[in-house]
Amino acid sequence: MKILVCIKHVPDMESRFRVNEAGNWYDERDLAFRLNEYDEFAVEQAVRVKEQLGGAADITILSIGPDRVIEAVKKGLAMGGDRGVHIKDDLVYQKDPWQVASVIAAFARDKNFDLVFTGMQSQDRGSAQIGAAAAELLDYACITTLVSFEISGDVVTARRELEGGMRGAVRFKLPAVVTCQLGLNTPRYPTLPNIMKAKQKELLTFPIADFLNVESLAETEKMYPPERKGRGLVLEGDVNELADKLASILKEKAPALR
Amino acid sequence: MKTLLICEYRQGKLLESTYELLAFAQRLNAESAMLLIGSEAAAPAFSGKVYFADAGQYGEYNPDAHKRLVLEAAQKENADYIVFLHSSYGWDLAPRVAAALKAAQVSEIVGMVDGRFEVPACNAKMRRLLKPKTAQAVLTIQAGAFNYQGEARGTPQLERLDLAVSAPRVEFLGYEEAEKKDVDLAKAEVIVSAGRGVGKQENVGIIAALAKVLGGELGATRPVVDAGWVEHTRQVGSSGQTVAPKLYVACGISGSIQHIAGMKKSDFIVAINKDKDAPIGEVADVLVVADVMQLVPALTTRLSK
Ligand SMILES: Cc1cc2nc3c(=O)[nH]c(=O)nc-3n(C[C@H](O)[C@H](O)[C@H](O)COP(=O)(O)OP(=O)(O)OC[C@H]3O[C@@H](n4cnc5c(N)ncnc54)[C@H](O)[C@@H]3O)c2cc1C
Ligand SMILES: Nc1ncnc2c1ncn2[C@@H]1O[C@H](COP(=O)(O)O)[C@@H](O)[C@H]1O
Repeated sequence: MKILVCIKHVPDMESRFRVNEAGNWYDERDLAFRLNEYDEFAVEQAVRVKEQLGGAADITILSIGPDRVIEAVKKGLAMGGDRGVHIKDDLVYQKDPWQVASVIAAFARDKNFDLVFTGMQSQDRGSAQIGAAAAELLDYACITTLVSFEISGDVVTARRELEGGMRGAVRFKLPAVVTCQLGLNTPRYPTLPNIMKAKQKELLTFPIADFLNVESLAETEKMYPPERKGRGLVLEGDVNELADKLASILKEKAPALR
Repeated sequence: MKTLLICEYRQGKLLESTYELLAFAQRLNAESAMLLIGSEAAAPAFSGKVYFADAGQYGEYNPDAHKRLVLEAAQKENADYIVFLHSSYGWDLAPRVAAALKAAQVSEIVGMVDGRFEVPACNAKMRRLLKPKTAQAVLTIQAGAFNYQGEARGTPQLERLDLAVSAPRVEFLGYEEAEKKDVDLAKAEVIVSAGRGVGKQENVGIIAALAKVLGGELGATRPVVDAGWVEHTRQVGSSGQTVAPKLYVACGISGSIQHIAGMKKSDFIVAINKDKDAPIGEVADVLVVADVMQLVPALTTRLSK
């Protein structure tokens, strides 16, 4: 079984974001980056498939971006991936989802992957497009927002998440692209020995030019923080004073306290 | 400008959210037609053309067939914009339609500025303005961002689509309803919710204690539920419950779009977050910038006196 997992390295969402000089993306300086939360579920599911097959699977972890993304690839390897692929592009943030999907498809095209895992969306761009667009380019079946996944032979039974907690059960044959939703599984923490082992694993690097052959279809003209509606009161300062203030506000608002 | 609006239909019914597509077309000032893959009886109240395909024939969930039907209707209509909701249906289909057409896709539109589309980024902490570079584009709109003005009315002219489609690659086995609720948060007057900022399962009790002195129920965000710290029946948000209590206290919650969708109608919202820029501040009446683990116990002590 050949498996591809596509992952993105994204800033910690608790960071303070500033806009870059061109005004069209966030400034990457001073940000801490990590593996996209949705992609952790993708890596974990791939590793579980391999474990279920008694190791008879080969997992490639792919990330497109500047050198820092290797850190995310290494985490994927420490979680159980077999090989890392870094497609190097310092300007990946300027590529639209169509271009990123095309690069993934161009990389995967002649490699006969049985299963391609992606996250349902990235935490920074959040277009929720790349997995499904890559499937279309590869002419693979695509099943989005999975919250359960069971494989038996070349048949997968899974659940898609719908609105309001409802789910849709589906069955499909490989090959397929699947996109992973939060809660699909419980991603493991890489252990120290596995982190050490990951250092020995194969890591291939390619320039983006090897796989990019399409122009972008959409352009980000501007990025900016949302307008504050200024509706609310912001309280800051000493915890005890804050607790006093908030207690008197809540005494008015909570019927049980009146 | 012409838009083709893709109706949302499930379990034999047109979903109300379909009218948000019409609201968006109103905002665009565009001529619109709709596509319904469903049943004739579920046709939307709309005086215009509705391309219609029978879900009895094509299935309610059959991405390959639905993609072909959307492409067929878009071609017949010569649509500039093909518009979906940013929903489980839309994000499944829209990228495939866009890729098939080699058309730009803009996802999760929340507004329009000078003819550009505004979308959220970085867990709603930032916004982006996007411009499609292709003449035709596929758009998905954020649920709840556009509200239809007035009452939808009219009787559509249906134009039936008939396509021969091959066997589906994905077999639909059926729907599973959300778990039965043992707590009905919708009835609570006060809800105090725990987010990932509470840090660990053992700390949830501190949030529950505050809920108790306020005479309310404990709620939670999705990561807290997924981690098993709080049962799923208490999840607030688009994939949990929608609530509108008199008082909602959000503890260590960032304020993602999906969480806010479930609680923004609350009368009075208090947020406790150590990050002053957390997007929950956009809907909060009071944002207290503090560590929940210090503030909440101090608050509970004061309120229980
Ligand atoms: C299709 C879909 C459906 C979804 N449905 C839902 C849903 O129904 N409900 C839902 O909640 N989410 C839902 N989500 C997930 C959602 O996108 C967010 O991931 C989630 O709401 C984040 O939860 P959080 O605020 O608890 O965690 P985070 O986003 O991690 O935020 C934690 C917050 O805590 C603050 N913090 C950290 N430590 C402290 C401290 N010591 N004191 C004070 N503050 C602190 C941080 O500043 C941060 O703002 C859905 C996602 C998708 C894609
Ligand atoms: N630069 C990238 N390299 C590899 N995979 C990516 C990259 N960007 C996005 N993806 C994958 O595509 C998914 C959806 O991203 P998006 O369409 O940006 O919301 C992510 O969860 C990843 O699995």
